[in-house]
Order: sequence, then structure tokens, then C-alpha cells
Amino acid sequence: MTPRCASTCAAVRQFVHIPASFQYVGIKGKAFIAGVYEHPERHLPDRTLPQIHADVALGALSDAGLSTSDVDAYYSAGDAPGFGVLSMVDYLGLDCHYINDTETGGSSYLVHAQHAATAIAAGHIDVALITLAGKPRTGGAGPGGSGRVGGAPEAPFESQWGMSVPGGYALAAQRHMHEFGTTSEQLAEIKVAASTHAQHNPHAFLQDVVTVEEVLESPMISDPLHRLDCCVITDGGGAMVIVSEAVASQLERHCVPILGTGSFVKSSQSGRIDLTHTGAVRSGPLAFNEAEITPGDIDYVSIYDSFTITVLITLEDLGFCERGAGGRFVADGGLQAPHGKLPFNTDGGGLCNNHPANRGGMTKVIEAVRQLRNEANAAVQVPDCELVLAHGTGGSLATRSASSTMILGRSL
Amino acid sequence: MTLPAKAAEPNSENLRFFEGAEQGRLVLPRCTTCGFVIWFPREICPECGSQDVDWFEASGSGSIYSCTVTRRTPGSWGKSTPFVLAYVELDEGPRVMTNIVDCDPEQVAIGDRVEAVFEEATDRDGNPGPPLLRFRPVKGQ
Repeated sequence: MTPRCASTCAAVRQFVHIPASFQYVGIKGKAFIAGVYEHPERHLPDRTLPQIHADVALGALSDAGLSTSDVDAYYSAGDAPGFGVLSMVDYLGLDCHYINDTETGGSSYLVHAQHAATAIAAGHIDVALITLAGKPRTGGAGPGGSGRVGGAPEAPFESQWGMSVPGGYALAAQRHMHEFGTTSEQLAEIKVAASTHAQHNPHAFLQDVVTVEEVLESPMISDPLHRLDCCVITDGGGAMVIVSEAVASQLERHCVPILGTGSFVKSSQSGRIDLTHTGAVRSGPLAFNEAEITPGDIDYVSIYDSFTITVLITLEDLGFCERGAGGRFVADGGLQAPHGKLPFNTDGGGLCNNHPANRGGMTKVIEAVRQLRNEANAAVQVPDCELVLAHGTGGSLATRSASSTMILGRSL
Repeated sequence: MTLPAKAAEPNSENLRFFEGAEQGRLVLPRCTTCGFVIWFPREICPECGSQDVDWFEASGSGSIYSCTVTRRTPGSWGKSTPFVLAYVELDEGPRVMTNIVDCDPEQVAIGDRVEAVFEEATDRDGNPGPPLLRFRPVKGQ
């Protein structure tokens, strides 16, 4: 086989054994994001969880020019109440012959999109609806974890040590600093860029621009992560609608083609965990290979930003800079739109805008679609935005996590 | 300062580890097929897939792979700040999540040599349970 894109195939082959006879078919250009919707509110004490799922479902379907009667596939994760997909399909009044409740924490919705695109490419479905909703600001479930049954085999060895969600990510940050000399100032630059973008988003939970000094002066949560290195806690949600080419061709709305996807579970590595990388080292090359492009082709990125360190390590893992060079890459406004070398999270991301249900994957895709449709807030719209990447990270960098990468284009 | 000490709930698969802890011994599973020292304790080798596992007493010595001083956190642990959360790399290979105790949190650093201590723990009803595997700095380093 002659690789269709030698450089990306080579990148994949560093990590994944691909038999020489393997012909990569993929889902490139077979499925389209036709509708997206982010709930405008950040505090919803008087709205039930099913109502918020319905708000975003109807919002995304309306954006696409579709209705609930058009949906033939539904996807939700651990944030869906009750019996998950069964409860929500019933509540929303859907007729679905394809359902999926893959739960990988905050990256779930990118994994769902990958599965939906795969099912569309196989001809099983035409209109997939994916929803996310939660009310952690009002109260209830804390960050992290899922609604799955207890008895995790690792629990007797990990739940006794007072590991908060920031504490776990702090372990990754400390090791990255130790190995590569990454600094707190460099991490703070990521928050500064997010806040610079959030000032233009009237829905953002935090709209004030902050400086590196203000990040460093905010209370230390778990060394080296300050309060302003952490994402916000918000109620709300989001949804997306993914359709086949046959449906997309009938819609007036700008439908965004999915060009490449990749997902990977990074385990605790048989008890020899390396805290300085994520599963993006595998999900990224898979997505780039499928899209037949390289990191240098990307105009805009939505990078999961539970914490500043999550962004820095992910950028390295996806190949936007060398391993260990993330600190230098994000310095000097490198991530700031519209003219930084790699504009990121132009809605303000989880660090400033929104992190509904403590799960940031959905809003990453939504802002990426806005950029391709030229519908980002004007001050942060990337000019001539043709190729974007959205990336989710679920679980914990300190233990086990699931990375999912999606590459979208303005057109085929 | 004494940290919260919630006892783990052993099961049939990891009981040997906790029986060792009761005796102040660090007992780890090892794959009889490929020799891999398994962490976290379980009766399957994540390297080769064998379910043939035996158990041996490890040295209890290691060094800090990563550590963080947690200064703000909700719940019962919030009353015990600052405390040190860490990964200790055992001399036998595994990287083990734990706390560093008997220390000045501000002086703990990656690379420090540490040794196992087993600390008393209680279950939800306040009854004694298997002791917790924590680590303290090796004196005189």
C-alpha cells in the first residue's frame, strides 16, 4: 500500500501497528455536523435535568432545520438521568433504531460523534442527536466520576489519598515541570488567552480579562495549580446533530464535514504511569491520518481545558509542538485569536466560558463549528478558517483517561 | 498532622495485599508467566493477560515520581491541608498513588527517597480496617 499521506501515516506508525496490506477507509466526508447549540445560561436552579437535555436537543435540531421526528439515532453519556438513553429517548419522544451511551467523562461527546459518523458512513442512520446537560453549579454531582455502579477495581488503591480533581492534574503538572522546565507563568498564559477571548462572549461565566500576575496571585489549590488554572463549574449543556450527505444536501444550513476522528484510552500503564502525556498521542495521529492533513494545516483548535496543564500537554501530544516545548509554545500570546500562531478556545473555553456538567467536550465541538461557519464572536473569528480540530479529554490525567480528536473542515 | 484514614474494602482478588498490610508488610502480585510486578493488585497480568499470579514481599522502598501539596479541597480532607499527594515509584517498578507523611510538606520533592509505613484506618462504622500504605521520607538523605 502506498500511504495516501506519507507524513501522517508515518506519524501514526510511530504508535500504532498498521499491517502493510491495510487499506484505511475511514469516515472522511461521509458525515456532517448540521446543528449545534450551547445553552445560554450558566445557572439553572429551576430547570430539571431532562428539561436542559430537551432545551439543547431542540436548539441543535432547530439550528439544523430539523425536528425530533427526523432523529433516528440518539447518544448520551453518564450525565443523562435515570436509564440514560432509554429515559431520554422516551422523554424526548424519539424513534431511534440506533443508540449509544458510551461514557468516557468529558470526552464522551466527541466519541459519540465518531460513532455517529461511523454509523452514518455504514449507512445505518441519517440523523444523530447527541446531548449533554448538568447542574453542578446548582448542586449535586461534583467534578469527575460517572454514574456507573461501584466496585471499580482500582478504587481500593486510589480513593484513600485525598486526590481532588485539581490534585490529580497537579501531579501531572509537577512532573511536566520537573522533566521539561515548564513554569507557572507559562501555564498562566493559557488562562490569559482564554480570558482575552471570553471578554467578547456575553454568555461567558467569567468575562474579565486576567493577567499572568493575577493567575499567579490567585489562591493555590494544589501545587502548582492556582484557582485560575482551573475551569469553571456551570449548569447548562449543549447538543449537536450529525447527518448523512443525503440529509445535508437537503438542508439550508451550512453543514460542516467531519474529516477525521480518533479516540484512545490511556490506561494507568500497568502501574507505570507516565504523567507527561495523554491519549492524544494516539487519538491525534489517527484523526490526522484519516483527514489526510498535518497539524500545520489547522487554523483553529478547541482543546479540552479542565486545567491549564491539560491544554499544554495536549498541544504537545497532538503534534503542534515538540514534546516538552508546550510552555514555550503557549507563551507570548501564541494561543490568542485571531492572530496568534494557533488560536484556541475562542468562546473562552472551560477556563472562562462554560463547563456544563463538569464535561467540556461538547462545547469544544460547538465552538469549532462556529469558527468554520464564520459565526464566532467577531473579535475572535479566525480569518479564512478552513480546517479546525476539536479535542476532548475525559477521566483524569493522574490515573486513566480517554482522548478523542475530531477534525472538521469548512467544506469537503 | 494525621490524615483521614478511610479503610479500603478488600475483595477476594486483592485480599493478599491487605492481609500483608495488616502485618506491616508490602505484599505485591507478580505474574508467574512473564514475571511482571503488577499494580494495582489484581489477579490478571496487564502486560501478558495471564491470570496466574503469585504474591511476594516487596522492599517498601522507593522514590517520589510526582507530588503535590494540596492546600484547598472540599470535605474531610479540607481540614487536613496542607497535605502531600504523591506517586511513589517502588524499587520493584510500580508507581503507586499515596500520601507522604511524617514530613514537612514544603520540603518534599520529586526524586526523594521514601519508605513504606502502614497507618491505621477505620471503616465507615469506625471499626478497624486494613492499614493504609503511605510513605515517609528516608531519614538522613
